[in-house]
Amino acid sequence: MASPGFKITHNVSPEHLSACLCGCWDRHQTLPDVEQLFTGSDSTEIQSIEILAEPSFQWDSLFSAWLLKLQRHCDRQNIQLMLSSLPDDALSLHQLATAVPPAAVTKKSPYLISAIFQKVIKGLYDWLENFVLFLGDIALGIVRVLRFRSDARLGDFFQFLHQAGPAALPIVTLLSFLVGMILAYLGTVQLRQFGAEVYVADLVGVGMVREMGALMTAIIMAGRTGAAYAAQLGTMQVNEEVDALTTLGIKTVDYLVLPRMLALIVAMPLLTLYSDILGMLGGGAVALSMDITFTQYVHQLAGAFSLSDVLTGLFKSLVFAILISFAGCQAGLACGRSSAAVGKATTTAVVTAIVYLVVADAGLNILYFQLGI
Amino acid sequence: MMEQPDPEAIAETGAAIAVDQLTMKYGSNLIQENLTFQVQKGDVFVIMGGSGCGKSTLLKHMIGLYQPAAGTISYEGKDYFSATDAQQLEMRKRWGVTYQSGALFSAMTLAENVGLPLSQYTRMKSSEIDDLVRYKLALVGLSGYESYYPSEISGGMAKRAGLARAMALDPDVLFFDEPSAGLDPLSAKRLDDLILQLSHSLGVTIVIVTHELESIFAIGSNGVFLDAQTKTQLDTGAPSYMLNHSSQPLVRDFLSRGQGHQPISGEVGQ
Repeated sequence: MASPGFKITHNVSPEHLSACLCGCWDRHQTLPDVEQLFTGSDSTEIQSIEILAEPSFQWDSLFSAWLLKLQRHCDRQNIQLMLSSLPDDALSLHQLATAVPPAAVTKKSPYLISAIFQKVIKGLYDWLENFVLFLGDIALGIVRVLRFRSDARLGDFFQFLHQAGPAALPIVTLLSFLVGMILAYLGTVQLRQFGAEVYVADLVGVGMVREMGALMTAIIMAGRTGAAYAAQLGTMQVNEEVDALTTLGIKTVDYLVLPRMLALIVAMPLLTLYSDILGMLGGGAVALSMDITFTQYVHQLAGAFSLSDVLTGLFKSLVFAILISFAGCQAGLACGRSSAAVGKATTTAVVTAIVYLVVADAGLNILYFQLGI
Repeated sequence: MMEQPDPEAIAETGAAIAVDQLTMKYGSNLIQENLTFQVQKGDVFVIMGGSGCGKSTLLKHMIGLYQPAAGTISYEGKDYFSATDAQQLEMRKRWGVTYQSGALFSAMTLAENVGLPLSQYTRMKSSEIDDLVRYKLALVGLSGYESYYPSEISGGMAKRAGLARAMALDPDVLFFDEPSAGLDPLSAKRLDDLILQLSHSLGVTIVIVTHELESIFAIGSNGVFLDAQTKTQLDTGAPSYMLNHSSQPLVRDFLSRGQGHQPISGEVGQ
């Protein structure tokens, strides 16, 4: 195959250039730079250039790409480009490629410090605004429920209750049992130094009831139910189902958010109680393997915590339930209109929920401590 | 019963694609059976039929995504599904496919999308790839959008960018799934023109799934009509010829948008 080449002729006048292409101009060759056409002539003087083709000239789309580059170059330098002697096919493709002028690119570089700073401030502001707006929507929805004017449906509530409650039991069982065991091992190692292994029951009991039961359940539910809420509502947003509800005059908060929220509020404290018990069983399994008898463990456990300890844990789980469903539903309803947005909404729901959980947990612990509960 | 065509004979006739006795199934659910037709080089071949008759399924079989339940699909005389993996890859490199909604990779810019097959399968320098990408995007009227992400452009633009990606390797065969669905009349016309121009200038064979009558007549030089009720092809040939001369009333009816050939009860694709 002949390599691509060209001959330059100034056949009419110094400001007119003729370039005659020969050889094979395709992707198996290296094409000459566009600027090479103009070397050897005073480029400021050239006003027009004509491209001719020898009979040996062959081409494919790499030549077309080269031609487009030449066209753009000539446009910039105000040089008239004449192509009429090229093969018809090449010409018609070139006309197609130049039919639409290039769009002006208006994208800014996102890496400026001030841009990042602005983005953070705007992000925080948007987050706060959306948080307050959604909170207000929910508050209005609750008022409508109390005045019996709500669009919420009881049937939906039971369906969500099943999803958020019984359907979550297996995973809560497994993880709570293991967390109980972890607490017991942790306690045994420390308490053994004082010969006080029997107090491992106290540690497991108080630990599960006041803290770990509620927190572990909440984290499981954030990953399980909160993410599911975001994905469900996000998909409805993508399918324009949310728009359809709105145009039917049904309030999305009442119809979509409140049943989900209520289901989680009912389910979470019950799951937390269940998790507390399973955690104590897990701790017991470890204790029994450490020369503590079953009666000793149960007796010690019974004196370890009071009803108020249980209630503090249940109150936490109530707060967590509100936060998880809040984060899940908000992310779902704020979902964009593409399938990629659903994935993003789900991630946002889980991450936000876990941040809310840990912050709320810390806050509640400080509150309990100050109040002496 | 149709006679079994000799594979040698197919190679001699120079058909770009030969579908022979093809049966398509989803599990045990029969979609279409006994499809036999040939796509000649340089054809703009239209797969027609009512909604849900298996047009897109046929296309997905032709691009090797689905395995036929029976029958063969050959490219230039070579059966795709009995070929080795390496041979299949070689054949696939000669095809370009555009999907209904573009199917652009959302994490890449348009330039990266179009450049991916080039950097994967050719040894071109990155500057040459850049030039070629710019040209392919200019061909579909997206000059200047190289650094945009698919989420930042409209649906019609995404479709055209998908076409630019399909054309990246200068394929011999271009497959289109509903190219003009969701486009405004002018964009649809422009896309039709582009398809025609490509088939004329580059000699690309084009296989297209559509039920837009205007496109069918404007660009189709050959075609096959699938029927959802009988679950097989009703007719094959040039759409403009089938309009008046098809032996099947349903085909004439479909192509004339139900004008006078058949009462309304013969609704298509139910």
